[in-house]
Parts: sequence; C-alpha cells; structure tokens
Amino acid sequence: MTLQQFMNEAISPWMREDGPDSDIVLSSRIRLARNFSQYSFPILADESDLEHISSFIREEYEHQSFQDYQEFSFIPIQKLSPVERRVLVEKHLISPHLAEQDHSSAVLISKNEQVSIMVNEEDHLRLQLYYPGFQLTKALEKVFELDDWLEEKVNYAFDEKRGYLTGCPTNVGTGMRASVMMHLPALAWTQQINRMIPAINQLGLVVRGIYGEGSEAKGNVFQISNQITLGKSEEDIVEDLQSVAGQLIEQERKARNRIMEQSAKRLEDRIYRSYGILAYSRIIESKEAASCLSDVRLGIDLGVIENVSRSILNELMVLTQPGFLQQYAKKSLAPNERDVLRASLIRERIQLEN
Amino acid sequence: MECQECHQRPATLHFTQVINGDKTEVYVCEVCAKEKGYMTYPEEGYSLHHLLSGLFTSTNENQQNTARQQMSNLQCPQCEMTLSEFKRVGKFGCSQCYQTFEDYLDPIFRRVHSGNTTHHGKIPARKGGDMRIRKQVDAYRDELQRLIKNEAFEEAATVRDKIKELEKEIGGDEA
Repeated sequence: MTLQQFMNEAISPWMREDGPDSDIVLSSRIRLARNFSQYSFPILADESDLEHISSFIREEYEHQSFQDYQEFSFIPIQKLSPVERRVLVEKHLISPHLAEQDHSSAVLISKNEQVSIMVNEEDHLRLQLYYPGFQLTKALEKVFELDDWLEEKVNYAFDEKRGYLTGCPTNVGTGMRASVMMHLPALAWTQQINRMIPAINQLGLVVRGIYGEGSEAKGNVFQISNQITLGKSEEDIVEDLQSVAGQLIEQERKARNRIMEQSAKRLEDRIYRSYGILAYSRIIESKEAASCLSDVRLGIDLGVIENVSRSILNELMVLTQPGFLQQYAKKSLAPNERDVLRASLIRERIQLEN
Repeated sequence: MECQECHQRPATLHFTQVINGDKTEVYVCEVCAKEKGYMTYPEEGYSLHHLLSGLFTSTNENQQNTARQQMSNLQCPQCEMTLSEFKRVGKFGCSQCYQTFEDYLDPIFRRVHSGNTTHHGKIPARKGGDMRIRKQVDAYRDELQRLIKNEAFEEAATVRDKIKELEKEIGGDEA
C-alpha cells in the first residue's frame, strides 16, 4: 500500500474538512452516556445480557443511516486483533476502556467516521459525535438528534431527579462530556497555559492531554472538557465551555502575534529547525515528533511554511502512534524499530507535498 | 545510564523489585516502564472510590456502627450490588441502584458535581413524555406569575389555557 492510500484510510474523512477557527481548534466532540433501563450496567451484567444488547443494536442500527452521516458499520471488539483495537483508539473512534473489553462489546461507526456508538463500554451506549473546528453548538444539536433517533427504540435508564443514570456517579445527569481539542503552542511556550489551567478548573472544566485522563499534552494539543454533568443543562455546559475555549483562542492569537512581533526570526528559526528534523531525521521518538509537528503546524498557520497542508498535525499525530505504525509495517515492532519507521513515514509524508 | 530494557533511551526511572525475597534494582526509561508493567496507572475510578470511602467514614464512631449495620443489609434487588461493594468500586451496578442507595447519594453527587444533586437537562422524548409536559407546565406557571405581576392579563389568559390543555394531556395518559 502506498503511503497516500494508507493515509486515506487512517484519517477520518471529516478530519479533512476545515471548520470555524480551525487554526486553533482541531475538533469539537460531544459524547453522551446512555443505558438500557432493564439491564444491569456492563460491569455487572451477565454475558448473555451484554450479548443481547449487542445484537439488538446490530439488528436495529447496522446499515441504517442517520441523517447525512451515512450508514453505520457494526464492529464487534472481540473479533479485532490487539493492533486493530489500538488503531481505533488512536483514531479516537473508541475509548481505551472499550478496547480492553473481553466481554461482548462493539462499536457502530458511520462511514465518514463522524459518529461512533460504543456498545457495552462502562455504559451500555456511548454516543460520540465529532465536528471539525470550533462547532460545539452544532455538535450538541446533532448529538441530540442522534439521541432522539436511538431513543425511539431503546428504553433509556432515566430518573426525573437524577437524569440519565450511568455506571459512574461522575457521569450522571446529562451523561454528557463536551470537549474541544485545541492546539495552543504560543500559550504553551510562554507558559501562560500553566497559569490559566487552575482558573479553567475552577469553572468546572478540565484540561488534559489528547488521549484523555492522565495523558500529557503531546505536541501542545490540549483537550478541554466539562467535569460536571449534574445540575446544569447541556446547553449551559456547552455555553460555558464555548466561552472558555473562545477566551483561549483569543489569548493564543494574541500570544502568537506578540511572538511574531517581538521575535519573528527566532520563531522562524524554530519552525524551520523542526521542519528540518521532520524532513531529515532517521530516528524520532513520538514526543519529539509531536513537538516538531506542533512547530510546523504553527508555521503553516502563520504563513511561514507554505507547501504543507494544515491537516499534517492531525494526520501525523494519528499515523505515528504505535498502533498505526505496526499496522503500516504489518508486524509488531519494538520501540526502537518504531522510532525508525516513524521517522521514515514522516519523511515520506513531507515529501508527498514537495 | 541507558535503559536496561530497550538499551536505546536514557533510564529516567528507578525501581526496586523484590521477588521471593531477592532484591533487584531496575533502571528503565518511561516507555519501557509503561510497557513492561513496572508502572501501573490508577484507573479512572480511583480517586472517586477514595472519595466515597472518605464520605462513608467521616462520621463519629456511634454513627459508624449504625452505618456499618445498614451497609451490610442494604443490597440492590435488581443487580445484587451491596452498599459496601458500591463504596469499594465507586460504580453503580444498575439503574435500580440509584433508588436502593438513594439515602447515601446526595453528599456524593454534591462533591462530584459542585454542589448539584438534581438533573436540569434533557428529558428523553418518548420515555419522558409526561415529565416533559410537567416541566413545560412548570415553565408556563412561572410565566403566568410574571404576566399577572405585570398586569398583562390578556396574555396571562392564553398561558393559562395552554396549561389547562397540557394538564388534560397528562391526565388522559394516566387514565
């Protein structure tokens, strides 16, 4: 397979589209946790119940299309190899938790990969919807439609006082996590982000690295999401997140301009050095790759680098993860072998556009 | 010092392993530490379960004894999860658990959700039919009060009719 073909398969079609403020916001995501009222939650449910839920979802929704998101494919997790599971995690189509399941679990994925519905994760259903760029309100509107569409056939566990009932007390109420993935290199360089995170936390929002809880912010990509799911309406939660993310966008732009004004040469030097490393290195670890990709992406945003497409950061951050590298090599690789393949894949990718 | 596992990256972590009484020192990089299982990461529920334990034990001794007794008796009729299991795992076994452990939940939710204990969001369209209507009625009632206060009686009458109509709908469902 050529790299171009591999990339086409690796990158979700929706990721190729630009959205509003997509120089800073890579994607907006909303996830809803839902459960069937008549079954125990997946941690306690019998295998036969989980199997029942899985086949119900398969029968009702496989090959169904939901609005303009195209038809769904049903993928049973148990049938996937460890590398295939990892690839789905790296594409953010399933959670690491779902990938680890030994019991009957599955995912429904829409053809353009904008919508995925995890079955028998911590909750019976986790509906997830992505939009490119900064489009939280749009994502909320669409995920509600998806929720209503499912609810026509599923008896949701819902209580007037507590809302949507979930396996974990941290999700009860709306069952909603809304998040935006932001590229904030200038705020990270100037250390401003470290001062802003505590303030953001006080507003009931959490800042994390891109692979969720506990992960560091690789390549200056931060995920900001709501912590509170009970007592606030979905619209209010989204509005809070929207306004904080809006502030961050503004501050990031200001910081970028300031750096450009005060030390353009230094910035240009850094961007080109990173470009050089990506274009010529023979061994590269994921952390260094992520940080260089962040610089190059900033270079593209600022018009310093012109012959590389903006989606390179998204693409290569996904492609150079261990799962993808092993899928590309079609064999399992030791960490040092991955570092070599990563370097060669990045070189090839950069040459594609030269 | 280089990592003892991959011999590539510098060793940034140091572990002491005791296997059958034999002590060995290991110097590894972060990547290998993670892959070879030297480092274990707390699960998502980790902090929550600690929080739950804290909430249950923060009472005085007498109360603790009663609480313990109640705990050992309290069990969810649907999934058979006991209160002490819930406390240990920090997760519910089924939707029925919310009713079973109802008396213990407010303080937990208050801590986790910044003081909130009741839902103020979406209501399922089909299942929540009546609930939706009742919420709408509540909203109309507030509006009615406001209109009366502002002496907008004509509009108030329209809202009152809307409330009557909706109430008829709920009554019809129940019959």
